[in-house]
Amino acid sequence: MPVHRLVEGFTRGEKPEGPEGNVVTQSTMSQSTPGASGLDPQQPVIEIDHVTKSFGEFVAVDDAHFSIGQGEFFSMLGPSGCGKTTTLRMIAGFEQPTSGAIRLDGVDVSRVPPNKRDVNTVFQQYALFPHMNVYDNVAFGPRSRKATKDEIARRVPELLDIVRLGDFAARRPAQLSGGQQQRVALARALVNLPKALLLDEPLGALDLKLRHAMQFELKRIQREVGITFVYVTHDQEEALTMSDRIAVMSEGKVEQIGTPTEIYDSPASVFVAGFIGQANLWPASVTGRSGATADITALGASLKGRCQSENLRPGTDAVLMVRPERITISTNHPGPTTQGVRGTVVDLTFQGPIVRLVLHAGDDTPIIANIDPDHDLPMLRPGDTVWAAWDATAASVLPASPDQPLTATDVVDEG
Amino acid sequence: MSAAGSGLVRRIGRISLIAWAVFGFVFLFTPIVVTVIYSFNEPAGKYNYVWNRFSLAAWQDPFKYSELTDALIFSLKVAFVVTLLATILGTLMGMAMVKYRFRAKGLLGAVIVLPLTMPEVVMGFSLLTLFVTLNWSRGFLTIVIAQVMFSVSYVATTVRARIRGFDWRLEEAAADLGAGPLRTFGRITLPLIAPGVVAAAMLTFALSLDDFIITYLNSGLENTFPIEIWNLKRSRVPAQINVFSTSLLVISVLMALLVIWQGRRRQRSLDGAASGPAPA
Ligand SMILES: Nc1ncnc2c1ncn2[C@@H]1O[C@H](COP(=O)(O)OP(=O)(O)O)[C@@H](O)[C@H]1O
Ligand SMILES: [Mg+2]
Repeated sequence: MPVHRLVEGFTRGEKPEGPEGNVVTQSTMSQSTPGASGLDPQQPVIEIDHVTKSFGEFVAVDDAHFSIGQGEFFSMLGPSGCGKTTTLRMIAGFEQPTSGAIRLDGVDVSRVPPNKRDVNTVFQQYALFPHMNVYDNVAFGPRSRKATKDEIARRVPELLDIVRLGDFAARRPAQLSGGQQQRVALARALVNLPKALLLDEPLGALDLKLRHAMQFELKRIQREVGITFVYVTHDQEEALTMSDRIAVMSEGKVEQIGTPTEIYDSPASVFVAGFIGQANLWPASVTGRSGATADITALGASLKGRCQSENLRPGTDAVLMVRPERITISTNHPGPTTQGVRGTVVDLTFQGPIVRLVLHAGDDTPIIANIDPDHDLPMLRPGDTVWAAWDATAASVLPASPDQPLTATDVVDEG
Repeated sequence: MSAAGSGLVRRIGRISLIAWAVFGFVFLFTPIVVTVIYSFNEPAGKYNYVWNRFSLAAWQDPFKYSELTDALIFSLKVAFVVTLLATILGTLMGMAMVKYRFRAKGLLGAVIVLPLTMPEVVMGFSLLTLFVTLNWSRGFLTIVIAQVMFSVSYVATTVRARIRGFDWRLEEAAADLGAGPLRTFGRITLPLIAPGVVAAAMLTFALSLDDFIITYLNSGLENTFPIEIWNLKRSRVPAQINVFSTSLLVISVLMALLVIWQGRRRQRSLDGAASGPAPA
């Protein structure tokens, strides 16, 4: 059995569970946006039921199993080629699962063609119809669905207003900027009021500034229409800021599903910890367990951390993960209640809002700490000896992964 | 070589290039111009071969020779049917060749240009042999079949070249929005590949009107316009031939201009240049 499934079961064990096991959890609800307040955890809109997709020998999606709740902003996050688009295309109907089933509102649609599925897609490069103006692009959906004239005349302008393109109805797509084309694509896909909106890296073609603006726009629009969004991205920052829940994918497999906080604070695997945000990942070995806490040795010291897998028994190899911003630096011993190791300052970099400090522990393992530039420490110089300390709750103990061997410098950078 | 020397060489090169181009155009257009001019000739005898004197007689009575008129009407009918069939078939073939991957794709790509490269006599005789074997009497139907056969290649290759850059995700987008295959084709695919299809259709129409060898071999007792001219040649070549030819020429030039103009206008609107640069 893959490790990630055990981990999910483990972390979820402390929370109320939906019928499917990983249906929207209570914590999602408490976190969710106002528009998602009608969220009904008993009634998933989309169920991906043990779906596998192979292209010949190649397995693009490997036994994906999760469901997406009503009104949820759900992201699929992972590096390029991990199977996000393929999963989305199976939900849209452009690909058929090799095995498993996809259900919309409880109905198996695995073999239903895209034009008969009640979901709509915002394509990666928008795929706007170049020979139609903005109005006709947006009206294409309702016209195809045989909506009445009155309904079309009412709904198209309404959607154009929501995406703030009311004045651009007569323009051709080529006469619009990238951001405006993006909004047309959004309006066109939303006008049919689908059960879910599927977005494939919709902001990928925009420049950074516009991308940030559009993130807010997307959230606003989702709140306004209250439709489930399934959002594909390889940008972890985007996923963290926008999503109610995130599925982190790697090489066709779903590694972890959870709220942004869960995924950031309690990554289930070395891959997730490294892919999302920055992480110190140190080789460790488990010496004992007491409930959800593991005793380990790492960095040449005896430490404790939150155990992220049932499989971590005394004697097994593990990885200790601490986020750089959770590490505090002091010149004195931090005291018995916190975790800490001694280290030698190797490098200091001022990075605007933070100072990035690189230490070497006794066994030369690098420790990265992001500290406040206003820290009340004496001037640090390379060669100084300090204490790096963190709360035991900030430390996660992850199963060692044969696919992701740690090297002495394995600290993954953002972006 | 000195700079001045090489400048001179370049100038001579440019002048001779222009001279060759002018020669080429003269070479190309002389027969056409002669055809037009001779439609205003009043031939001394039965053959409109030698300039006699200016006259509007042929233009005032273009339908004087009914066998010539009938042949032209017959040719137009054939061309219409052939264009319709070949354009539909060829467009679907061209699209399939761009859109889908299949086992014999490379082979098909080679086979489809065969009719363009095969000598017409060979193709004409092969078809004749086939029709005789099948015991089909030659006439309108066999002419249409023969012409569709070679026209399909032109249409398929033209359409294929024109839709190489077509964004097939537009079809997915249409399906995603609820359009069935027919609506997707009619509203999205066809309007976007229309310039290629229209160009192919015009080419087919011209080829059909023009074809002699293959048509002649498979026409039986029917006479198309070129065949009728060939037949008449033995007894008489009236200026009405030139009148019809000139008319066809004018019509096809006008149609070509219309297509080019439409294409420009459409490209401008697709590019968004019509109303200035896109606002940020
Ligand atoms: N039609 C296809 N035929 C063969 N391989 C495919 C096809 N579509 C996707 N793949 C492969 O499946 C893997 C996942 O692709 P994709 O879902 O597009 O990844 P992502 O969207 O996460 O970047 C890639 O390795 C890709 O090459
Ligand atoms: Mg993708």
